[in-house]
This record gives sequence, C-alpha cells and structure tokens, in this order.
Amino acid sequence: MPVGALASIGHRLSGVLLAAGLPVAVYLLDISLRDEQGFVEVTRWGNSWAFKGAAFLLAWALAHHILAGVRHLLTDISVGSTLYRARRSGWAVNLGGVAIALLVGALWL
Amino acid sequence: MKSTASGLSAWLVQRVTAVYMLLFVLAMTGFLLLYPKHSYAQWSGWVRQPVVAIAVFVFFAALLSHLWVGLRDVLFDYARPAGLRRVLLAALALALAGMALWVIRILF
Repeated sequence: MPVGALASIGHRLSGVLLAAGLPVAVYLLDISLRDEQGFVEVTRWGNSWAFKGAAFLLAWALAHHILAGVRHLLTDISVGSTLYRARRSGWAVNLGGVAIALLVGALWL
Repeated sequence: MKSTASGLSAWLVQRVTAVYMLLFVLAMTGFLLLYPKHSYAQWSGWVRQPVVAIAVFVFFAALLSHLWVGLRDVLFDYARPAGLRRVLLAALALALAGMALWVIRILF
C-alpha cells in the first residue's frame, strides 16, 4: 500500500476510534466533576490496565488524526503537494503518530 | 441532506473546527502539564472558571460538528442500502444532539 494511502486510511480509522471513545471520555469528565468521590474514582480507574490500553490506542488515534489533518490543511494551501514531498510527509504522519503514542505511553501510562 | 452542511460548507466546517480543536488540545495539554490538578477542588474550580468552561464548551461544539461531517462521510461511503443509511444518519444526529445536551449539563 502506498504511504499516502496508509496515512489516509489511518486518518479515517483514527477518526472513528476517537468518535467511539468520546462517550467514555465525556462520562469520565462528568464523574470527575460531580464530587470529591467521583474525582477519586476516576483517578483510580486511570491506574487500571484496561484504561491504560485504551488510552494508548486513543493517543495513537489522536496523534495520527491531528498529523494527517495538518497534512491535509497544508495540501489545501498547496504546501507539499508534489509527489516527493507528499510521500515524505506521509511517512512523517505514519511514523509520527506511532512515535507520539509511544512517548505518551512511556511518560504517563 | 443538502441543507445540513454539504459541499463547500462541510469542507469549511471541518477545517475551522479542526484548527480550533488543534489549538485547544495543545493549550490544554501544555496547561495541565504545567499545572496538574491533584484534587477535586483544584480540578472543578479550574474547569468551572468562565474562561475555561467557555473554551471547553466551544471545543465540544466544534468536536460534535466535526464528528457530524466526518462520520456522515463514513456512512455515505459504507452504509448500504439507502434505507439503512437514513436510519444510521438519524441515529447519529440524535446521539450527537444528546452528547451536546450532556456536555452543557456537565459544564453549566
């Protein structure tokens, strides 16, 4: 698969993943803001392996989606449209998303 | 579906919301790294400040609009037949409206 196609499929896949994670994120926000007990509970959930796994996946999704989105915006204003540059930025998006997820995982999870 | 953000306006919605959300995510990440919230009082006190609450509210408004355009495109591409697609689009619209009300109830 060409690198640009992978970046593009990843953009769509990561978007759907983020959308699926949104209700859970809003639920966590709701509970954490409800009262003292809720805040402590959300903090406790944050230490579970299920949460960490999901957070790692969503960190990749967010990083890839943002990078691919910025690449899209740059293409809109004709930056990086040549095949050579588009391939290079495609690699940057695909590897950058994974690198940021690993960084988030190493530092906080 | 012509009346609800198609063509040029959908394209514009996707980009304007994307830019706001990008700035919001960078600002929030930076802010919470610099000033972590260790207690309920700190956390809720910070989120309930008008400036923060409004910025968060605008973020969710942008996010839900962005979701509508993005997931609608996904359904247009994959949901067959047209009857099923209509049902799924209606369910999506309902879910997004519900999320909007939920976020408003959380923040204000």
